[in-house]
Amino acid sequence: MKIIKHSFDGVIVGAGGAGLRAAIEAAPHMKLAVITKLYPTRSHTGAAQGGMSAALANVEEDNWNWHAFDTVKGSDYLADQPAVDILCKEAIDAVIELEHWGLPFSRLENGKIAQRRFGGHTVKEGEAPAFRACYAADRTGHMILQTLYQKCVSMGVEFFDEFQVLDIKIEDGVCKGVIAFELSTGDIHIFETRAVTFATGGFGKIFKVSSNAHSLTGDGPGILYQKGIPLEDMEFYQFHPTGIYRLGILLSEAARGEGGILRNKDGERFMERYAPSIKDLAPRDMVSRAIATEISKGNGAGPQNDYVYLDLTHLGAETINKKLPDITDFVRTYVKIEPINEPIPVQPTAHYAMGGIPTDVNGRVLSDEKNTILPGVYAAGEAACVSVHGANRLGTNSLLDIMVFGKRAGQSMLEYVSKTKASSISDSSSDDLVKKINNLIEKEHTDEFSVGRIRNDLQESMEKNTKIFRTEETLSEQTKILEDLRERYENVTIFDKGKVFNTELMETIELDYLLDMSESTVASALARKESRGAHSRQDFPERDDADWMKHSFAFKNGNSATLRYKDVELGKYEPMERKY
Amino acid sequence: MDIDLKILRYDPESDRKGHWEYYTVEADPEERILDLLHKIKWFEDGTLSFRRSCAHGVCGSDAMVVNGENMLACQVLVKEVSNPITIEPIRGLPVVKDLIVDMDPFFDSYKKIMPYLINENEPGERERLQSPEERDKIEDTTKCILCAACTTSCPVFWTADSYIGPAAIVNAHRFIYDSRDEGSKQRLEILKDVNGAFRCRTAFNCTSACPRGIQVTKAIEDVKRETLLNN
Repeated sequence: MKIIKHSFDGVIVGAGGAGLRAAIEAAPHMKLAVITKLYPTRSHTGAAQGGMSAALANVEEDNWNWHAFDTVKGSDYLADQPAVDILCKEAIDAVIELEHWGLPFSRLENGKIAQRRFGGHTVKEGEAPAFRACYAADRTGHMILQTLYQKCVSMGVEFFDEFQVLDIKIEDGVCKGVIAFELSTGDIHIFETRAVTFATGGFGKIFKVSSNAHSLTGDGPGILYQKGIPLEDMEFYQFHPTGIYRLGILLSEAARGEGGILRNKDGERFMERYAPSIKDLAPRDMVSRAIATEISKGNGAGPQNDYVYLDLTHLGAETINKKLPDITDFVRTYVKIEPINEPIPVQPTAHYAMGGIPTDVNGRVLSDEKNTILPGVYAAGEAACVSVHGANRLGTNSLLDIMVFGKRAGQSMLEYVSKTKASSISDSSSDDLVKKINNLIEKEHTDEFSVGRIRNDLQESMEKNTKIFRTEETLSEQTKILEDLRERYENVTIFDKGKVFNTELMETIELDYLLDMSESTVASALARKESRGAHSRQDFPERDDADWMKHSFAFKNGNSATLRYKDVELGKYEPMERKY
Repeated sequence: MDIDLKILRYDPESDRKGHWEYYTVEADPEERILDLLHKIKWFEDGTLSFRRSCAHGVCGSDAMVVNGENMLACQVLVKEVSNPITIEPIRGLPVVKDLIVDMDPFFDSYKKIMPYLINENEPGERERLQSPEERDKIEDTTKCILCAACTTSCPVFWTADSYIGPAAIVNAHRFIYDSRDEGSKQRLEILKDVNGAFRCRTAFNCTSACPRGIQVTKAIEDVKRETLLNN
């Protein structure tokens, strides 16, 4: 195993939307490296479908304050309101900037960017659904990812493709560099740098049925969590209402934005009972709970009564082919039905982490609940928690988040690099890691302790015990299961002993992060004795503003987490009952 | 049901050349080819190496040759291919290990055609206007996910890897036909080269290989025509 040393002013880990946006900001002014375990264009930003909201008012009157109101209400009042104001105000420039860089948005007849309806987005603080989501058919994320990568190519940004970052070096509370593993050779690379941004995305692979890519294993949050940095609001995980039955492949909310309807086995439009005013366009947490409730009452369809229908048949072939071409192709490919004529079997699918690495509004990582800044370390996108999504993210706000806070993280890196001197990292800084990898490779392989089996048991148990509805009992049960899985992981063995593209070794390291994400999620969920947004405790079904208007901070403590709390930053919107 | 797989394996640390290995896995007809590869890797033979990420045909990681044709392993179901299933790496790019090929030459060709919007004019504070009809001209080619299924299905590319390849031309098309772009002249100059668009012999393999349904050969023909008009 060779050890190769590099020196940069700044390093960005992850090349999805947030990482690339940060790179565009920072690259012209410093020696910058972007490290990704994939190729940039493989990042999961590319799987986002429906749109990116901004109050452009291209279709009807709109105002960023209404967008902020919706985001705060959608968050079940857990979002920090000053951060939400920034998100919604800067949204407009973020969309325009992408258009200027070449993003091929769908267009209105007058040539302006087209906008569509989306869940939880309203005009005049709840009056009616709003046309706010700027889109490119149902492949908006793909277009954002391509456009940002194209911009990076034009700027000559330096990428390290298929490098897995494994460690950050922090000495005396200051960032010194990161250590990465080159997949194609097995070599170790030490990146000496004083500023690092983590933009590694989410961790949906803690669940069995998920819309997430296999690569979404919480690497950035995991690396920092193991260094004693807390993770914020981990109990809030979003389940998207419409995943393809059993596969979990996402079918965008844009399908309902364009007029699609959810129906139970009797064909009833059940959302009329749960959200009388905006029905199928209620926020995701409410729709997912409604589906789970219908299924538990025996109103689910199919031989096992375990799914509902997404009905697009009344939309007509033209709307479907023009506005929802990709998702209807997924249905044809994987379910073999024609969505123009037949309703689609769907069930909620694990989709998005509201929680993650705590940051301020400038992407600076916080090392505790008292807002102490960790110098030189930044985070943005799904890996981070600002918090703008609170207890439940509105659709389209994630693409906005990566653009607004990716840019801000890039600016913060620049500012930090311009006022600090380069420092050195020792050649022996990767020794502990090399030892860990060698130990893993040398251990004799046994089936019982294989990565595949441990991960399978993790995903199945998290699915069963911590998905939409939770109780003290299911969470305690999962705590025990996680202890057992962690013990098995301590003895994990691998079959592949080679250096070149040892993807089994990579999966083994990723599994460590998946266990961290699960442990912090379950500990945070067990502690929060209320129901808010995506966190539904059947034993505590009400929201409790007196005791729980606060963010949780989970600090790694062995195989569990110690929890501390920070008050939510309020603003102009007083918490009220969340009805739609 | 039991499915038999025959996979072309190569380990650069122990093999001098590729060899076939045989596996039998239990699978539902609705499962993806990628699911079968995962069953082998996770529960039988951890050394089997391949790229994958999104698992539903949008990230472009897992292009491979399945029963002789280029496809994404995550986009094809067991019931759509005949048993036994033969799996090989995509052709024309150097094999690094098992189903993983060196993608650098592919991305180098992509970068040659200047894959970014070129427009020196100040765009103003709001969006540039583009009519739905103008936007429609790039609807097809903006779908590209750079998976290399087209380029590595091309018989010209197999024999002459200096050929820029279908994927690069598709991405050039995406900008040449964008009403907001002003870099066509420079791109067409590059595509006029001996290794550019005119190496295409309209075999149509690329069009049938594209997992996004892009009319690749048509896009190449459009670009050839522009090149001639530009002269």
